[in-house]
This record gives sequence, C-alpha cells and structure tokens, in this order.
Amino acid sequence: MTDLYTRRKLLERAAAGGAVLTVPGFLAACGGSGKKAAATAASSSHKLAKTLRFSNWTLYMDTNNKKHTHPTLLQFQQKYGVQVQYTEDINDNASFFGKIQGPLSRGQSIDRDLIVMTDNSRYPSLLIKKGWVEKLDKNAIPNIKNLQPALQHPNWDPNRDYSLPWQSGMTGIAFNDKLSDPVLSIDDLFGNPKLKGKITCLNEMADALSLVMLSNGDDPSNVTDKTFNRAIAKIKKAVDSKQIRQFTGNDYAPPLAKGDLAAAMSWSGDIAQIGNKHIHWNLATDGGDIWTDNMLIPKGANVYTASVYMNFAYDPKIAAQIEGGDPKTGDTGVYYICPVVGAREVLLKKQPAIAKNALIFPTKKMLDNVHIFDAKALNNQKYLTVWQNLISA
Amino acid sequence: MAFLHRHRGLTPYLLLAPGLAWLAVFFIVPLGFLAYQSLQSGNFDVGYAFSWAWGNYWHAIRDYRGHFIRSLEYAGIATALALVVSYPVAYWIAFRGGRWKNLLLLFIVAPFFVTYLIRTLAWETILADNGFVVRTLQAVHLLGSGGRLLATSTAVVAGITYNFLPFMALPLYVSLEQIDESLIEAAQDLYASRWKAFLRVTLPLSLPGVIAGTLLTFIPAAGDFINAQLLGSPQNHMIGNVIQSKFLELTDYPAAASMSFVLMILILMAVLAYARAVGTEKLTG
Repeated sequence: MTDLYTRRKLLERAAAGGAVLTVPGFLAACGGSGKKAAATAASSSHKLAKTLRFSNWTLYMDTNNKKHTHPTLLQFQQKYGVQVQYTEDINDNASFFGKIQGPLSRGQSIDRDLIVMTDNSRYPSLLIKKGWVEKLDKNAIPNIKNLQPALQHPNWDPNRDYSLPWQSGMTGIAFNDKLSDPVLSIDDLFGNPKLKGKITCLNEMADALSLVMLSNGDDPSNVTDKTFNRAIAKIKKAVDSKQIRQFTGNDYAPPLAKGDLAAAMSWSGDIAQIGNKHIHWNLATDGGDIWTDNMLIPKGANVYTASVYMNFAYDPKIAAQIEGGDPKTGDTGVYYICPVVGAREVLLKKQPAIAKNALIFPTKKMLDNVHIFDAKALNNQKYLTVWQNLISA
Repeated sequence: MAFLHRHRGLTPYLLLAPGLAWLAVFFIVPLGFLAYQSLQSGNFDVGYAFSWAWGNYWHAIRDYRGHFIRSLEYAGIATALALVVSYPVAYWIAFRGGRWKNLLLLFIVAPFFVTYLIRTLAWETILADNGFVVRTLQAVHLLGSGGRLLATSTAVVAGITYNFLPFMALPLYVSLEQIDESLIEAAQDLYASRWKAFLRVTLPLSLPGVIAGTLLTFIPAAGDFINAQLLGSPQNHMIGNVIQSKFLELTDYPAAASMSFVLMILILMAVLAYARAVGTEKLTG
C-alpha cells in the first residue's frame, strides 16, 4: 500500500520535473569535454579540472569491497576524464567545520571541490552566510530537475543556489542481538542496567536531542529552554551513571560491529552498509529525526567540475547505483534515503528488494514518525555551549 | 672573517641568532597573538574584538577546574609509571646491553615509527571488551565479570604512559650510560651493599636524566587529548579535549586561548615546584 503510494508520488514528481529541462543547460553538460573551446574568460571556467577533490563521510559511496573501489566514481572518471580524489574525512559536522574554517576564514583554499554537510547542524547555513561556499553552476546541472520536491526549498538555501542534497537519513537506535535484547526506545537505551557502559550517544546535538525530546514527549521541531533543559538533564543523568560510554560521530560503527557496544544511537544507512546480520536498526518507538546531507562547493574549488559531478550523481541510473550498489559485481550501496526522483524506478527493475527497502525509500508510516530539528536551536550559542560541555564532560 | 676577528665578543650572539630568531617567530609571536586573543570578546558570527576580557580566565577556571585537575593528575600518574617502567629497562641496556645496546634502543623507539593516532587506536583493540587483556584480567578476578578497560581512566593513563615512554627512556639511558662504572665499584670496595651503591651513587648520578625525562613526559602529557578522546569516556576528558572543542567546534577562540594560558601557567607552577624540590643544579648534572 504505502509502496504504491510512494511510487505514484514519485512518478508524478518525475513528470513534473521533466518540464524544467532546459536546452542550454543540457548543452552545457554535454560540452564538458570541450577542451578546444575558445579561450575567453567565461569558457575557461567551463573547463573540467584534472581531478575532482571530494570530501565525504565514511560509508557514503557505493563500494566494491574486494577491489576497494567506488564503481560510480570510476564511471565518472571514464566518462569525463576527471580523476576523483575521494577522501572519507568527515566524521561529524563540528570537527570537520573546525578543520576547514581556519583556511576559509583567511581566504585560502581547502583543496576540496566538494564537501558534504548536514542540514541539522548550523554549518551549511553558516558557510553560506560567511560567503565561504560558491554558487552552483546550474547550467551544468540539468539533472537538478530530479531533486525530490520536498527538498527543493530549505529555509537556509531557498533556491538551492549553493547546495544539493547528497543523501537523507534517519536517526534511530541500532543494537547487536548477540549482546542485547531488542533496544527500541531511548528510555531503554539510557536506562537498562544491562546496557551500562555498552552504549554510545551521537555527538550531533540535533540527532541526540531530537530522539531524547521525543522520548520526553516534547517536540524537537520547536525547542524551548524548558524542553532543552529536560533533554540535557536526561542525557547528563545517563552520562553520570556511566550508562553512556562515549559520544561519537560515524565512529560508533566499528566498536558496534566488534561487540564492544551492545547498542548505539545510530544513522539508518550505516547499519545496512555494515551488513552484519546481528546488528539491527530501528526508529525509536517515540520517533526519530530526519536530516539531509548536502553537497557544497567551498571557495577556491573548481565550480564547473563539481557541478558536472553533481549532475552525474543526479542521473537516476547513477543515483540508483550509489544507493543500491550492484549485486552482480558484489558492490555495496550507501542504503540511505535517495534524493533523486527516478532512482527507485531504476531499482524496481534491477533490484526490487532494495527498492522496497524501507531504509532507502521509507514508508509513509516511518516518515510520519520522523521530525526535523528546530533550526533556531541549531544557532543558539547558549545551547551549543551547553551541548559541547556535556559531550566533553 | 676580519670583522669577526675584530669583534670577537659578537661571535656567540651571531651563533645564537638563528635559534633566537626561530624562537621569536614561532614561539614568542604566536604566544603574543594567543594572549591578545584570550582577552577578546564577541562571538564567531559577528567576530571577536579586543576588550581586556579578563572574565575569560575566570570562566575557564570556574567552569573547567575539574578538567585542569584531572589533566595534571593523569599526566602525573603517567609520568610516574613511565619512570618506573623505563628506569630498569634503561639501566639494563646501559650496563648490561653490551654490543646489543643500539639494537635494544631501536626496540624502544621502533613502535614510534608508527603515527601517534594509529598507536592509540591499536590500544583500542588491545583493551577491547572481548579482547585478550580484559578476558585474562577477568579470569584472575582483577576485573569484575562485567568490567572493562576501554572508556575508563585506567585506559587513558595507560595510553598516555605508553605514548610518552621514549621521552622518558631515552634521557634516562643517556644519563645512565655516562656513569663511570668504576665509581660504583669504588662504592662496593668501600663496603657499600649493591643496593646502597645504587642509592648513593647510581641514582644521584642519573638524576639529570630523571628530571629531563619527567619534564619531557609530564609537560606534553598534561595537554594531551587524543588518549582521552579515543580511550576514555566523557568522564575522563582532559583540558586538551575542552580546548580542542572550544577552538575547533564551538569556534570560541577567546575561551580556548585563555584556557591554554591557564594550562601553561599551571604546568609552569608544577615544574617550578618540582625543580625546587629536587634542585635545579641536578638538571645540568
């Protein structure tokens, strides 16, 4: 039922999006390899660079684990002759921003053409406000028409002038069934004495607070001092009782797989990508949060090359491959929520199991149970300081 | 040359100049910037401005006293452990190493060809909850059945001790190696027991190495944050973790700068007290 509903919606959206296709944009994308173009100032910026330097989170690209390659990146390289220097150096938003803010504030390049940051942190909007990111070359991204309508107008970048979603995801709870009974609620995660010292909490304020506020019966999309303090008190109690072992970014995944952790506050796709049959992911019974990671082009980057890549990733066929990998060659996908309309149709034909996987194309019931964290709270310096003090004790 | 010959008094200063210039450019000037920054107020979005904001220091001490104390405590314990572990090793290599001395020293230094981060991550594996170490300790009941080492202060102190071990072992070795063995023989000829000869001759002669080693270990260990980050829980975070998060994650530069100064002053005080207790002349032998 819900699958049909989503599918029809997607088809409608795809049809509507098709009308936006522009001829000049299409030509610009095709002209990617036109190295003999006249050497005017305008066209020189439309030349592809030799390498695309792409910083992303771990477990966030389709991967062939035998050859240790990223198949879609190799395809990009073959198609455009641009080598992709792909670095998985983003573990959490705050520390990555910490790394790049120094050079960016001095007007220096960070040697990256594409970076990926989450909209439930303050950083994408801060980067735009500070003028540290470039506008997309939309002429090179005709496939922008495939962007899910629900993601087209975020309040921090209303026309998607600076950003394009990479993946969306949900925050929930993962547990290892060899070490624990199912952990389905925050109250169980933070209160079950059997899990003492065997769990981690995410260090992203929005993820952690959303889940804890929902467990308190509060609304994370409208944070008040009272609900904020109540959530902080609950987490602090779990820290003081040594229930929470650590606050982590992506790095909760290896100890969870190794068995040092019995359960963890966790992001939806990571668990699917780890592919350990003893580790399960669920939305918390009280609800979870949903967020979107965004590709951004930092100052000093090659805007054209980065935009051509964005266009490539928004081809539904490529998007489907990033999402679901390729079982024939043993490639794993990222298994997060795909922002590209049309990818599901491709997957329905090739890998129906993935197309019907609720982690990648969530059901309506799931979407009704996830919330977007309050954007005002993300920029509240007082909240940020309290949060940072809590996670560094 | 003729110039140098005429102004012979200048020579030492000319020889010192590169070192002094290096210190001035890469230590004094940045320190000045840091001091300037520590007295600023404002926030990241609108920018920071200098305003003699001494409150930053007060807040650093008031809000993070526990972290400062913990840092000095962990660094102190780790330094003492490193001394206890390194002294016999350095002693043995210096007096019994024979022609294997260089090889044995290489064994001490070899793990440090691997980067700091990887070495610390290796400890994460060594101390893992299902690992050999934890299971052995549980088997002999040194650790309760649900007990663990990772994410405890034990793991943090163990990590610091390991990571700074060569800074202790090498100066110890150098000072022990220089001891004239005939002095020890002389003590024994004068009816000192081996133990007494050690206490009255070897140990005092090796004190410059002990002092150099403890300083080289304690000072960087007090500002360390990697070990607490990877091997500790939030309860084990040191002041380095707070400074790192203030500087890079909250981008609250004045707070981070003032904390760095407080840490520097605390370390300086600890070192001065230590130097007074053992006597500075020992440092130079």
